[in-house]
Amino acid sequence: MEEKLNTILEEYHQQEGNLVFILQCLEKDFGYLPEDAIYWFSEQLDIPPAKFFGVATFYAQFHLKPRGENIITTCCGTACHVKGSERLINSLMKELQIPSGEDTTEDGKFTVERVNCVGACSIAPVVIINEKVYGKMTPDKLIKELKRLK
Amino acid sequence: MQKEVVIKICMGTGGIAAGGKEVMQAFIEELKQQGIDATVEKHCSVHQVGCRGFCARDVLVDVIMNGEKTTYQFIKPDMVPRIVEEHIVGGVVVDEWAVKEDYHAFHEKQVKVVLADCGEIDPESIDSYIERGGYEALKRVLSEMSPEEVIKVIKDSGLRGRGGAGFPTGLKWEFARQKNSDTKYIICNADEGDPGAFMDRSIIEGNPHSVIEGMVIGAYAIGAKTGYVYIRAEYPLAVERLKIALAQAKEKKFLGENILGKDFSFEIKIKLGAGAFVCGEETALIASIEGRRGMPRAKPPFPVEKGLWGKPTVINNVETLANVPYIIRNGASWFAQYGTEKSKGTKVFALTGKVKNTGLIEVPMGISLREIIYDIGGGIEGDRRLKAVQTGGPSGGCIPESMIDISVDYESLQKVGSIVGSGGMVVMDETDCMVNIARYFLEFTQTESCGKCVPCRIGTKRLLEILTRITDGRGRPGDIDLLLILSEDIKAGSLCGLGQTAPNPVLSTIKYFRDEYEAHIHDKRCPAGVCKNLLTYTILEEFCKGCTMCARVCPAGAIVGEKKKPHRIVQEICIKCGACFETCKFKAIRKG
Repeated sequence: MEEKLNTILEEYHQQEGNLVFILQCLEKDFGYLPEDAIYWFSEQLDIPPAKFFGVATFYAQFHLKPRGENIITTCCGTACHVKGSERLINSLMKELQIPSGEDTTEDGKFTVERVNCVGACSIAPVVIINEKVYGKMTPDKLIKELKRLK
Repeated sequence: MQKEVVIKICMGTGGIAAGGKEVMQAFIEELKQQGIDATVEKHCSVHQVGCRGFCARDVLVDVIMNGEKTTYQFIKPDMVPRIVEEHIVGGVVVDEWAVKEDYHAFHEKQVKVVLADCGEIDPESIDSYIERGGYEALKRVLSEMSPEEVIKVIKDSGLRGRGGAGFPTGLKWEFARQKNSDTKYIICNADEGDPGAFMDRSIIEGNPHSVIEGMVIGAYAIGAKTGYVYIRAEYPLAVERLKIALAQAKEKKFLGENILGKDFSFEIKIKLGAGAFVCGEETALIASIEGRRGMPRAKPPFPVEKGLWGKPTVINNVETLANVPYIIRNGASWFAQYGTEKSKGTKVFALTGKVKNTGLIEVPMGISLREIIYDIGGGIEGDRRLKAVQTGGPSGGCIPESMIDISVDYESLQKVGSIVGSGGMVVMDETDCMVNIARYFLEFTQTESCGKCVPCRIGTKRLLEILTRITDGRGRPGDIDLLLILSEDIKAGSLCGLGQTAPNPVLSTIKYFRDEYEAHIHDKRCPAGVCKNLLTYTILEEFCKGCTMCARVCPAGAIVGEKKKPHRIVQEICIKCGACFETCKFKAIRKG
């Protein structure tokens, strides 16, 4: 881990240097923001951890908890909303048995997330499974895709 | 006569989602396997192109032979061999797969300026852009024009900011030009956060060089040496293509030190947004680039005075910048011939929702909403009744069917309580509940409020709570007035555009659809049949065949009845999910 962090730190110094950059690197390398890593940077740069957490909690892209192996992102943009994205989320949560208030399955295999808009409104409703975009989604099609991953 | 057979495949986000990559691969393999080049004695080339707008018909494929273009729609990889065999080898168009009149009707009333080259050129090839006149404008600017002359052309063209606010671009450039500072910045705002808008993504995916060229010209006009593109991380394909384009532009000396051998240097850096809607606001965007929480600050000072790192900064939207090369190339009066007196040129809209033809369209300002929905959009899905058109995203409003002849321009839309905004246009029909839509937008703005101004932070929360209780069937008399008062307070007490416009969806729906609010509050009824708690599902005995399908899909086990006999829904157990309603083949289930 330390090695990865040192690389990020080096790049940070070469760039104009900002916290968003560090957090984006961490997110890319680890899939979330490990608490230890934030404290490590805080010490190295003499910036209070609160600054890091302040920035981290401001942006939707950063996660403080580890995420599942498979990321399912449901678009909740206006077009997707009027075409039934809420129903897709409901069927996902039911199929994966994720309790309300949570977003990841107990075995850590799936995480269900919402995104404001992926800008693919003309093929709404849209679901992104592991970075692949699926348009005109239906609960049935979605569950089929899930079964393939399980 | 053209020596080549050119095949163009739509590879925007929409095209790829529909299987564009697989279709392209199928063409490449089919052509190679069959040795088609030798058979038809012509070179066949396969190109990827950006979005051509009609994403609902993807994958769209153009075959250009002997100068004639045929467009195919809904193409899947297994259809490719037949197209190659019959059309490319045999010379006979596969009529049943080719686009029909409705496809052309979609394009007829459109005027393409910004999107003229989208869908024609390969976004990953700079030569493809240059072939169609790309970078000509930059060459002319650097060899013949002073910065002041560039600004004059843009001012004369009447170009206004396409991000939503509609500030005259030339004027903004002029202010920045006049500032005395050794360092200035130009930022391209590609943080397209409005749900329901995707023109910026499509422009960058389809023609990234037009944005770069516009930025370099802008930098020359204001005297900037560094530029940033602040782009959403949710648009991975756009980021990728932009990176490729930047590298190519640099190699060809359109970017970097001494551009085209002149005494002018400019570099562009990419900054990835981290997912915050408020960062579309100029001062929040600047804070985000500087690595801080993206919270807006009071203006003045405006960014043109004190922007990024405290230096004069111009922030232009993607579409605005993409217009610039075309205006320089064709002249201010060419651009100004389109549009209305105060809103010049064209505007790209993302036409989505319950309209038959969804996609990206570019229309002259001043076109009527009716023309957009019925002529371009082909009317409402399932020929249901239009109810409203939502424009401007969470900052905009709903325009009712009765006002559909309104001219689409900055001033007219504002007059009826909506805005042009970044160009989202979501069409809603009689099955959409307007209270639910208002609630949807408030849920959005409430989450995205940065929290700096109390009226916005707490006010949107309270608005959302009231709307939620109305849609849940717990609305109280007086709630409508409460919404109105609260909305005015939020508008008056917020610093930035997010808070100032957040109540718009509530205000406009109350203004035009007050009866729907009243039905929810007083009659505990959702006229559109959307709000779950206000619905009941019942089985119409005379239509029920007792097929048991509904009982099988019911997740709550609320449907009882014997096989081949009418079933019944036990209301106490029903969770109103609507699964039975969708499954029933005999229309025996009533929602209401």
